[in-house]
Amino acid sequence: MRPFTYARAADTADAVRNAGPGTMYLGGGTNLVDLMRLGVAEPAHLVDVSRLAHDTIEETSTGLRIGAAVRNSDLAAHPVVRSRYPMLARAVLTGASAQVRNVATVGGNLLQRTRCPYFQDVSKPCNKRRPGSGCPAVEGDHANLAVLGHSEHCVATHPSDMAVALAALGATVHVSGPDGDRTVPMPGLHRLPADRPAEDTVLAAGELITAVELPAPPAGRSAYRKVRERASFAFALVSVAAALDVGEDGVVRDCRLALGGVAHAPWRAMYAEEALRGAPADRDTFTGAADLELAEARPLPRNAYKVPLARHLIVHTLQELMP
Amino acid sequence: MVKIDLRVNGESRAVDVDPRTSLLDLLRERLGLTGAKKGCDHGQCGACTVLIDGRRANACLALAVAQDGAEVTTVEGLADGDALHPVQDAFLDRDAFQCGYCTPGQLCSAVGMLAEHGPSAVTGDLEHDPELTDAEIRERMSGNLCRCGAYVNIVAAVREVVA
Repeated sequence: MRPFTYARAADTADAVRNAGPGTMYLGGGTNLVDLMRLGVAEPAHLVDVSRLAHDTIEETSTGLRIGAAVRNSDLAAHPVVRSRYPMLARAVLTGASAQVRNVATVGGNLLQRTRCPYFQDVSKPCNKRRPGSGCPAVEGDHANLAVLGHSEHCVATHPSDMAVALAALGATVHVSGPDGDRTVPMPGLHRLPADRPAEDTVLAAGELITAVELPAPPAGRSAYRKVRERASFAFALVSVAAALDVGEDGVVRDCRLALGGVAHAPWRAMYAEEALRGAPADRDTFTGAADLELAEARPLPRNAYKVPLARHLIVHTLQELMP
Repeated sequence: MVKIDLRVNGESRAVDVDPRTSLLDLLRERLGLTGAKKGCDHGQCGACTVLIDGRRANACLALAVAQDGAEVTTVEGLADGDALHPVQDAFLDRDAFQCGYCTPGQLCSAVGMLAEHGPSAVTGDLEHDPELTDAEIRERMSGNLCRCGAYVNIVAAVREVVA
């Protein structure tokens, strides 16, 4: 591991002030420390933000404001999250292990890096880690990589489950940086790779996530479904965060749909949502909406299975949410 | 080097650490506490599980320098003198190990798990804390791998403590 200096931030302003070139913020460290050990991340200075005061969950007039330093396990165990945002509680609970969730922060969860095998192996080229070096995944091991929104430069996926639920819920990310405070909508925090895959998010250097704000929960029932290679402690092959509100007349009043494991960002299925709203809530509608969304998919030879998997998972999850 | 103060198994320790040192290496190499094991060193196997401020965590992913002021409990700190912790007794009763390498992490993880509240990924009704059925125990212990495959007896041992 490359030598670095360490400082514990006193408050947000102190953290941002000390975030010069080569600095990274340290939350729980469950991804960053591993990446440093692998030689993928080589910060010269770490500013520890895991003990900043933004570690509470507060009810707002309509929703919830979740501090960025809240631990994943505390988020999932919070009574209001469990009762009003079950999709979020379930998404968080399907991520990682209890040990990791006890330590990992909400801000860190959003900013965790892809688990693409080439990104994590410094002996291999990778445009995300070393821009311009190439993407061996396109020809190589891409079985669990992206089918939507990828580019010739990068086929990595974003690994977070929590972020998929936040994208479906339409959360707002609060950020502090050298140029002041701002908010970033979800989806919208994470970028698609295009020709700049080194940039996972739209955050500028030195910007720190301080909170995630949830609007009122969507009407109807909601769920988070995740398909993975083993029953627990594994990343998603495909996941679906969905909410469905069906009227007395059997017509979809409103819905939310986001996919995980398929793209460089949590994938809000806007085409599918549009097709679902106002249509009869039945299997044909659900299948048509899934097909419409997945028409944009450009699978690679070894991850083509994800397209029918996503289709079936969307249809199955929506059927489960029928009143 | 950075000076940190922490409590390990109830004892105050002041140590100078290189910021690169993991909590696991601090415990094993500097403090002589070799109970927590280095399995994968990537947070994937759980052999290094300890309790940090009462919560189970992977010591391999924790920077020692970030633990200034923390209260750490390792497997060496579970027993009260010669009286084993109930989870240790249950592991003996149920023969919940084979080679034993993952056992310190399994023990700390089970102790941490029993102090936790809230649902898991397999809980049906999110609004109420579930009974710790075998399915719940398996899910909650999924951060601890056992290469010998002693899972059946590990679940039985945890179930015995819950009962």
